[in-house]
Formats: sequence, structure tokens, C-alpha cells
Amino acid sequence: MDHTPRRLFALIKAGEMEEVLQSNTPWYCVSCYFCMIRCPQEIHITDLMYGLKTLAYQRGYTHNNKATHLSTTFAGYIERYGRAFELGIAARHYLRHPPKDLLGTGRMGTAMILKGRLKFLPERIKGTTQLNKILTRAKELETAL
Amino acid sequence: MKYLFYPGCSLHSTSSAYLDSLHAIEGKLGFELSEVEDWNCCGANEYIALHRIPSYALIARNLALAEEQQNGAQTLVAACSACYVNLARTAKYMGTDKELNARVNDALGAGGMHYTAGSVEVRHILDLMCNKLGACKIKKMVERPLSGLRVAPYYGCMVLRPDPDNRWRDPESPTALEELILATGADLVDFPLRTHCCSGHMPQITTETSLDLIRRLVEGAVKSGADLLITTCPLCQLNIDGYQAQMNKFFGTSYSMPIIFFTQLIGLAFGLSPKAVGIGKEIVSAAPALARIGVKEEAAPVTSRRPPKDTGLPMPRMPKAYGDEL
Repeated sequence: MDHTPRRLFALIKAGEMEEVLQSNTPWYCVSCYFCMIRCPQEIHITDLMYGLKTLAYQRGYTHNNKATHLSTTFAGYIERYGRAFELGIAARHYLRHPPKDLLGTGRMGTAMILKGRLKFLPERIKGTTQLNKILTRAKELETAL
Repeated sequence: MKYLFYPGCSLHSTSSAYLDSLHAIEGKLGFELSEVEDWNCCGANEYIALHRIPSYALIARNLALAEEQQNGAQTLVAACSACYVNLARTAKYMGTDKELNARVNDALGAGGMHYTAGSVEVRHILDLMCNKLGACKIKKMVERPLSGLRVAPYYGCMVLRPDPDNRWRDPESPTALEELILATGADLVDFPLRTHCCSGHMPQITTETSLDLIRRLVEGAVKSGADLLITTCPLCQLNIDGYQAQMNKFFGTSYSMPIIFFTQLIGLAFGLSPKAVGIGKEIVSAAPALARIGVKEEAAPVTSRRPPKDTGLPMPRMPKAYGDEL
């Protein structure tokens, strides 16, 4: 994390958007919402972090960022099948960014498969075409902003 | 009571034990959960990190489906924390933010759908059990009190926070799981980290950070003397259960803290067999903790692999012990 959240918000106030969008701070937010319920000013900090992530992603600031890659892989499966596919997401993500503890991760994956907790094939919803029409239109609306 | 049910992707795969146990106890609780047909993924916290309007549209498709399919049931129940918070936030924001509502409905219109803000009430299954049904009613249904089992509650984040519809009196010091633990007859263990984060999707991004967060929770639970943890969230369960071995290796510790879903604990208290509520699917086994209070899977009766046929030729028999028939 290169800036603390306070500093990040101070940078936004100062108009240093370049620095803000390059920052990796929003990508460390796991959206636990603790800050949001504690903030005396009732600022929707978690939502702001999501906003910064989308801005950074859409303006191309997040090259070679593990968190963006995880999100894009996840989103790819949703757009294709309508549902998340854990085995596929994990496999793709780990091929791109191999885990440090390869043996441990392998063991965990094997255990998950043996316990019947990972499906080998993705579930596909009936309305994938409909879903994609909705998402395409929504993306048009977003870029029009 | 009839409810629309949104299981979410996790309950169909990594957390099938949650779904199994929920279906095993719903009848007794008087709930009738009918799954929303053709629901899609809510995007967890990944899709919303990339797109704003599309992410709300993705979630609103489920709300629109629930509105279409509501058959006397106005409440949409979610079991996964991330699904719950996504559905609840979208329903809330579409009610309060007219511009967002218009944009999302414009997008939904491209797929021939529409969602009227306020037509569906989103609730989490824990909220339903504690605030609608009440722990004292559940206590009356208990057939096998789990006395002697020391259970620590673990909420994770998103069921309690940001709490868009003010379901909880105090999101920082909740009592819902505590009430349920006491209702099952188990011993309640004080676990101060019960609302802290399990690190979410961090194991895939910065493993060290996430292993440290998992270590805090596991160590805290062990030090508070718990036999097992119960949780409401599929991702919390996966992180604490699945990454515990890697965490132990990384820190040189040897903790073993099983974590199961709260519905599994209730199912056990209702007298269901461990297998019926999905015990055994966790990686850090809960069996030793449950065996301590005498809850275990009954061994299947031993049957010979190939029973003798009446019609077959008589087979030569060996005497039982040497000299028996000689």
C-alpha cells in the first residue's frame, strides 16, 4: 500500500488524480466495510474505493496488477457463463501469477476436489445472451458518463 | 413462510455443505425456500471493481427475476455474505438514487427486463432466523443439545456491514450467532475477533497479508479455547479452512481449528446426522471436536460383499475354528 486511505483522500482533495489513480491502495481494499460504519462523516469509503478502482481500470492505469487480473478473469467467466467458475478462475489466475507456496496450493486444490467442493465444469445460465445484452448496454451508459 | 432464495455461486460449489445443511433444516424452521430461476452471479467484489453501472445491472437482473417470480413471497433470501450485500446495496441504491435507477433500468431494458425499486426485500438467512423467527423458537426445536461443545462465533464482514437496511442493532458487537449457539445448547466462547476480516480475495493477491489475517483469527480462536468456529460466509469458511495448512507452514505453527457453517451446527442440534448437514466436507476435520460430545456418524452395518444365493450350489464351508467340526 503506497498511500494510507487518509493520504489518498487528501490527494483527491488536492486534485492529484494522476497520483491517486496510480496508487495501489484501492486494490488493497477487501471491502470489509469497517471504515464505512465508523466514519464520523459518514463517507462511503468502500464505495469510493470501488469508484477509484473502476476509474483506474477504465483509464488504463492498472497494468500488471495482480488484483486487476483476478477481477478481469472473474468477470470473463461471468460474462461467458453467467456464473463464477472457481476451478477455472483459480487455474487461469495461478497460471498468470504462480503462487509462492506451489505445493501448499496444490494440496489445497486436491483436497477441495476430493471433498467434492470444486466442480470440473462451469454452470451456464439460460439467459447468457440476455445478460450480455444488458451488460453491453450498461457499458455504453457508463462510457457516456 | 415462502421465500425466494438466491444461493449464489459458492453454495453450488465450494460451500455445498452450507446449501445441504440449509435445505436439511429449512422444513423444521418453517421456511420454504424456492430458488430464483436462472439467477446469475452477483459479481462478488470483482465485477464492481471494473465497472460501475454494468455491475449494478448484473445484480439488478437477479432482483428483476425475483420480482417476476415472486409468488406471494416478497422477500429474497441470500445465504452468502457477498451476494447479500450486493443485492441489498443495489436494491437500496436504486431506491434512493434516481439517476442510477434510470440507467440500470435502461440497461435491463436491453434484455427485456425491468426492476421496480422497492418491490423486493433482501434479507440474509441469519437475519431471518434471529430477527424474524427468533433464537428462542429455534431453542424449542432442539432435539440433541450440544452441551459441552465450545463454539466460537465468526461473522466475517458483509452480513453486518454496511447494513444498508438497518437490520442489526449494533453491527460492531452483534449477538445473533451468540443467541443461536446458546439455543443449540453448546457452550459459547468469547471471541473478540468475531467481526474482523478473513482477508477476502487476498490469498490470490498478496498471500502473506492474507495468511497473517487468517493466523490472527485461528490463533485467537485457539487461545479462547474454542473447539470449533461457526460462520455465515462461504469465503470466510474457505479462507480459514483451506488456507490453514499454508498458514501453519508459513508461520511454523500447528493450529487445527475447524470451521463450519452455523446452519450445520443448528442441523446437528436438530438431531440430524453429521453427513446430512455436510460435515466432512471441511478440510480441517470437525469430527474430533464433535466426537468429544458424542456426535459422530453411525458406522454402516457390516454386510458381506456378496450375499450367498439360495438357489446356488452349496459351497464348501470352512470350520469356524480348527477342530470345531472335525
